Amino acid sequence: MADGWQLFLESFWPIVVGGLTGTIPLALASFAIGLVLALAVALMRLSKNRVVSGIARFYISVIRGTPLLVQLFVIFYGMPSIGIVLDPWPSAIIAFSLNVGGYAAEVIRAAILSVPKGQWEAGYTIGMSPGTALRRIILPQAARVSVPPLSNTFISLVKDTSLASLILVTELFRVAENIAAFSGQFMLIYLEAALIYWLFCLVLSSGQSMLEKRLDRYVAQ
Amino acid sequence: MSRSDPNNSGDPGRRDDERRADVPGGDPLAPSETPDDSVLLTARGIRKSFGDNEVLRSIDLEVRRGEVVVLIGPSGSGKTTVLRSLNGLETPDAGTIDFEGGPSLDFAAPIAKASRFALRDRSAMVFQQHNLFPHMTVIENVIEGPVRVQRVPKPQAIAEASALLDRVGLADKRDAYPFELSGGQQQRVGIVRALALKPRLLLFDEPTSALDPELVGEVLQVIKELADEGWTMVVVTHELGFARQAADEVLFMDGGVVVERGAPAQIFTKPTEERTRRFLDRILRPLDEDGSDSPDST
Repeated sequence: MADGWQLFLESFWPIVVGGLTGTIPLALASFAIGLVLALAVALMRLSKNRVVSGIARFYISVIRGTPLLVQLFVIFYGMPSIGIVLDPWPSAIIAFSLNVGGYAAEVIRAAILSVPKGQWEAGYTIGMSPGTALRRIILPQAARVSVPPLSNTFISLVKDTSLASLILVTELFRVAENIAAFSGQFMLIYLEAALIYWLFCLVLSSGQSMLEKRLDRYVAQ
Repeated sequence: MSRSDPNNSGDPGRRDDERRADVPGGDPLAPSETPDDSVLLTARGIRKSFGDNEVLRSIDLEVRRGEVVVLIGPSGSGKTTVLRSLNGLETPDAGTIDFEGGPSLDFAAPIAKASRFALRDRSAMVFQQHNLFPHMTVIENVIEGPVRVQRVPKPQAIAEASALLDRVGLADKRDAYPFELSGGQQQRVGIVRALALKPRLLLFDEPTSALDPELVGEVLQVIKELADEGWTMVVVTHELGFARQAADEVLFMDGGVVVERGAPAQIFTKPTEERTRRFLDRILRPLDEDGSDSPDST
């Protein structure tokens, strides 16, 4: 028992470092790129042009209809056979970004639609172009609505990055796997990894609350 | 296409003197030396359908500088659609809109985006549901158009906005968010937001219809003052008392047409059309149902 406790303590920091240098940067980069992609896809989906909205629809359907692990493997193990060889990190970021792009697009689309039409018109009537109205009037209001669902997406993403261990990215779970294999203490180490994921997510959830509070300052309580 | 007027020359209904301002060669944006009561805006034959519903069936409207035109009529009569067409929020199916020294639009052909923006540059709208930007403070709401669209330097925009807010008695609310204001205050900010754009034409779309009765007065007072100062405006309203006091011309609309137009004294005291008389009866004596159908029986 004392040995187990000793191993738990000794492995705690290396696993956390795996999270800080692998999981978190991977999640942040993928989320940032994914959000930009999602905004573009959401706007395409809202387009009156049926070809444009059809493309967005198709993309969302493929991303949501196929497993993330399969997407990851296609990019890392599949693409070399058509001559495109990518390192683990770029492969992971591409796969996760595309995935976030599909899921968050629907969130952003719904958030944009939740802003009353009169807000667009008020923007137009003070001379704004649709792009300016979107940027200055609509998106700031849509952001408030979309924080809770997008936080969900982000927290899911943080945990999903554990899949990147399967394409050789050194992140939280891969560090834990190595320690487990080396020590033979699978139960202990995997529970420890779970605990550390949970701690990360607790921090993220409190970040979400702070962000929501900030964005709620202009709404009657 | 729409700026270069080839369609208009074939229209015999137009008077030549109204077209002079658009004569090619002159700088369309230069302030013209026109007399004070010259025509600012002319709309002719405006038609609009939503699906099968024909909302406007050929509307003619002329607004002179400094004039207050009030549109009254039952709901669904097309008043709001007229107003929205003047601001480019709706695109009519047919008809023309000529803004003195500005765009000249013929809706028979597709309208270029630039012309629609030119229309908005010259008029500003006050909505029934104020439509203030909830994520911006009062002052931010007011300077958004001048700073972001008209590229007015921010300090200047803030100074002008503060002066306007002061005028409508809201100087102390400049840093409040819209949700912290009463309905009447919100609508006054809506008016200031429109004024800050320095439009040539103010459009009011039932500016008091969404307000509690005790707040109507403060908003009408502001609009009345603006009218007295010589602002040109088109007002859609159900406030007949206001129309009577402030209007130079009243248009009664019903079923997508202008049924009757004239000075308020004429419209309100001796309307010539039966439909106008019935509408006025209904509004002035809402509980007297018999009277509304057969005014003679009372």
